[in-house]
Amino acid sequence: MPGIGDYALIGDCRSAALVSRGGSIDWLCWPRFDSSSIFGRLLDPKAGHWRLSPSGNFRSERTYLPGTNVLETRFVTGTGVVSLTDLMPVAGEREKRSLLEPEHELLRVAVCEKGSVDLECDLAIRADYGARPARARVCASLGVRFETGPGTAIWLRSDAPLAAVEGGATGRVRLRAGERACFSLVYASDGPAVLPELGEPSLRAIERSAQEWRRWSGRLSYAGPYREAVLRSALVLKLLSYSPSGALIAAPTTSLPERAGGDLNWDYRYCWLRDASLTAEALFGLGYTEEAQGWISWLLNATKLTQPRLRVLYDVFGNRPQPERSLPLAGWGGARPVRVGNMALEQKQLDVYGEVVHAATQFVERGGRFNRDSRRLLCSIGEHVLEHWEEADAGLWERRSRDRQNTHSKLLCWTALDRLSLLQSEGKLCEERGERFAAGRERIADAIRRRAWNERRQAYVDEFDGTELDASVLAMSWLGFERADSPRMRATYEALRGELGSGPLLYRYRDGDSPGEGAFGVCGFWAVRYLAVGGGSYQEAAGAFERILPYGNDVGLFAEETEPSSGEPLGNFPQAFTHIGLITAALALEERAGRDGALPGPGGAQKGSPALREA
Amino acid sequence: MMNWGDWLLWGFVSTLLLTTLLSGSQGLGWTRINLPFMLGTLVSPNRDRAELLGFGIHLVNGWFFALLYAAAFESAGRAGWERGAAIGFLHALFVLTIGMRLLPSVHPRMASERHGPAAAKLLEPPGFFALHYGVQTPLWTLAAHVVYGGVFGTFYRV
Repeated sequence: MPGIGDYALIGDCRSAALVSRGGSIDWLCWPRFDSSSIFGRLLDPKAGHWRLSPSGNFRSERTYLPGTNVLETRFVTGTGVVSLTDLMPVAGEREKRSLLEPEHELLRVAVCEKGSVDLECDLAIRADYGARPARARVCASLGVRFETGPGTAIWLRSDAPLAAVEGGATGRVRLRAGERACFSLVYASDGPAVLPELGEPSLRAIERSAQEWRRWSGRLSYAGPYREAVLRSALVLKLLSYSPSGALIAAPTTSLPERAGGDLNWDYRYCWLRDASLTAEALFGLGYTEEAQGWISWLLNATKLTQPRLRVLYDVFGNRPQPERSLPLAGWGGARPVRVGNMALEQKQLDVYGEVVHAATQFVERGGRFNRDSRRLLCSIGEHVLEHWEEADAGLWERRSRDRQNTHSKLLCWTALDRLSLLQSEGKLCEERGERFAAGRERIADAIRRRAWNERRQAYVDEFDGTELDASVLAMSWLGFERADSPRMRATYEALRGELGSGPLLYRYRDGDSPGEGAFGVCGFWAVRYLAVGGGSYQEAAGAFERILPYGNDVGLFAEETEPSSGEPLGNFPQAFTHIGLITAALALEERAGRDGALPGPGGAQKGSPALREA
Repeated sequence: MMNWGDWLLWGFVSTLLLTTLLSGSQGLGWTRINLPFMLGTLVSPNRDRAELLGFGIHLVNGWFFALLYAAAFESAGRAGWERGAAIGFLHALFVLTIGMRLLPSVHPRMASERHGPAAAKLLEPPGFFALHYGVQTPLWTLAAHVVYGGVFGTFYRV
C-alpha cells in the first residue's frame, strides 16, 4: 500500500486523479471532484484502480514537466527504461473551438527509452465508491466500453492489445527502445461519446496541455527565491479550482486520516469559506487576478441562498453538499469510517464572516468595484456579526465536541467590522453604518484583549477565559489586530513554539481530539509568516520556511498534516490550505526582503541581511 | 386575426408577473436564478447595467413568446387559463432543458460545464434543469411560467 506522500495529482480543473509512484491511479471521481469514485483503491483495495507499470521489479522516479501539471514517471527495470506520461488533457478556450474533445479524459503514454520493457495494464473500474464493477463490452478496434451508471459510459482505448475482464481490462505489451503505447480513458455523459485518436494525436494533446499549463505558469508574478515551491503550490491550487464556477475545493480526497488508523476522516471535496481571505491573498499576490476575482465572485454569489448567514462549506455551485454518510470501505491504512459528505456544514463558524469580508476588501484594494448586491450583502454581514459575535461557535477547526468562545472567531469578527468600517470611510459602501461597525469593532477588540489573554500562560489562548494554546491566534499579527513585535505577540509566539512546536512544524492545538494527529501543515507556514511580518528577523523566517519545505513529497505536494517524527503526510492530500499557507508565507518573505533591501537566493536564510522590524 | 391590443397589454403584464415571481423567489432565498442578469450579461459585463438591460431583453422576450402563445390560441380557436398554463408548463420545460443547456454555447460570459483551466469567464453555467442555481430553481421557473401562461390565456381574447 503506497503512503499518502507516494501520490501525485493530475487534473483538468473539474476533476482530479491521484497517481502513485508505482504507476497506479488509485483515486478518481468523475465527472466532478465530489462525484462518486470510479478508482478508489486509495480507500479500499477492491474499489478500483488503473495500473500501468513494468512487470517484475522496477524502481521509479518522477517529476512534473516544468511549469505544468503533466506528470512523468520513469521506470527503471533490469532490462530497460520506460517513461510514462500521465495527464488529463487541457486546452485554451480558443483552441477548444477547433477541437472535438471528450468531456473528461485520462491520457497515459508510455515510451520505452532504453532496452525493452514488458508493460502491464491492469484496469478495474468500480462505480459508486467501489460498490459495483462496471459492465464491460468490447467494441472491436474502438476499445472497451464500461457502463458505470444511467446515461454515462467510460471508454478505454489503446494501441496495445487489451482483454476485457469483469469490470475492467488487462493487457501486456513489450516495448522496445523508441516504441510507445498510448492509453486513453474517456468519460461521456453525451451520446455519442468523443473517442480521441491515439498515437501522434496523443502526443499533440500532451504538448498542447503542457503549453496551456506553461502559459498559465508564465503569469506567476512571484519573483522571490522560492519560485519552484510557490509555482508548484499555485499549480496545485489551480488543479483544485473548479473552472466552470470559480470555486476552490479544500482537497480532492475524502477520509485520508488525520490520525494514522484513527477516526479523524473527513470529506474535503467541498469549498470552505474558512479559506476565503487567504486564498484571495495568495491568488492576488501571485498575479492570478482572474482566478482571484472568480473566487470572490463565487463567494459573493454562490452563498446567496443562505445570506446573510453563511454556511461553513458549499459544493462547487454553492449548493448544500450531500449529507454525511459512511461507506463500507476498508479505509486508508484501516482508518475507518470512510465518510462522504461533511456534517461540518451544520456547524456555526463565526470566522467565515470575517473571511468573506476580508476577501472582498482585497478585491476592492486591487481596483475592483462592488455592485449594489455585493454592497448590500457586505452590510448585512456586518449587521449579522454585530448581532452574533458574542455567541459560541465551532471555530475554524470545526471541533465536534462543544461550541466555545473561540478567540480566532472573535478575531475574524473584529476583522469583518474593521474592514467594513474602512470601506465605509473610503465611500465604498453605500449605507451609513460606519460608526456602528467601528463601535462594534472596538467592543470586540476590548473583549479579545481582556478575555483571550491569559496572564498565567503569558499568551493569547484558544478561547475566552481559556488556558489552552492554539496556533490560529498568530493571525492577529497579519490581520492588523496586534503588531507582530508587541510583547504580547512575542510571548504568545514563544509559548506556541514551546508547546505546539515540533522542529519547524507546529501543531494546531494539543488538547481535545488532538492526541495522535500530526502537526498541522498551514500552522508551520503561519509561524513563518508571523516572523516575516515583524515577529522575527528575515533570516529566522526564511530559515523556518526552508526547514518546512522538505516535508513536501518528491513532487512538492503537501497534505493537511505531517507526522513530525517520520515526516509522513497525514490527512487529505494535497491540501489547498497548506499550499495557500506556503504561498502567503513566501509572499510575506518576499515583502520583508524588499523592505529589508535583501535579495536572497534559495538558502538565503543563512546568508542573511540585517534584521529589521516592521515599521 | 391576432388581437394585437391584448397581446401588447397582457404580454407585458404576464412578463412582469413572471419576472416578479422569479425575483421574489430569489429575494426569499429559494433560488439564485436571476433571469434579467443572465440575459443582460449577454451584452454588458457591468452588473447594474446588465440587470437593467436584461430586464429590457426579458420584456421583449416575454412579448415574443406571448406572440407564440397568441398564435396557438388563434389556431385552436380559443384561449383560457388552462391552455395558457399548459403552454407555460411546456415553455418552462423547454427553457429548463434545452434553453439552459444551450445557454453556455451562446452566452459570451458564461462558462460551460467543460470550461477550464482558463478563468476568464465568470458566470457559472446553469446545469441540467438549472439546478446549479439551487435545487428549487426548476420548481419556481415552472411556477412562474405557468402563471405567465395562465394570466395571458385568461385575458387574451380570441
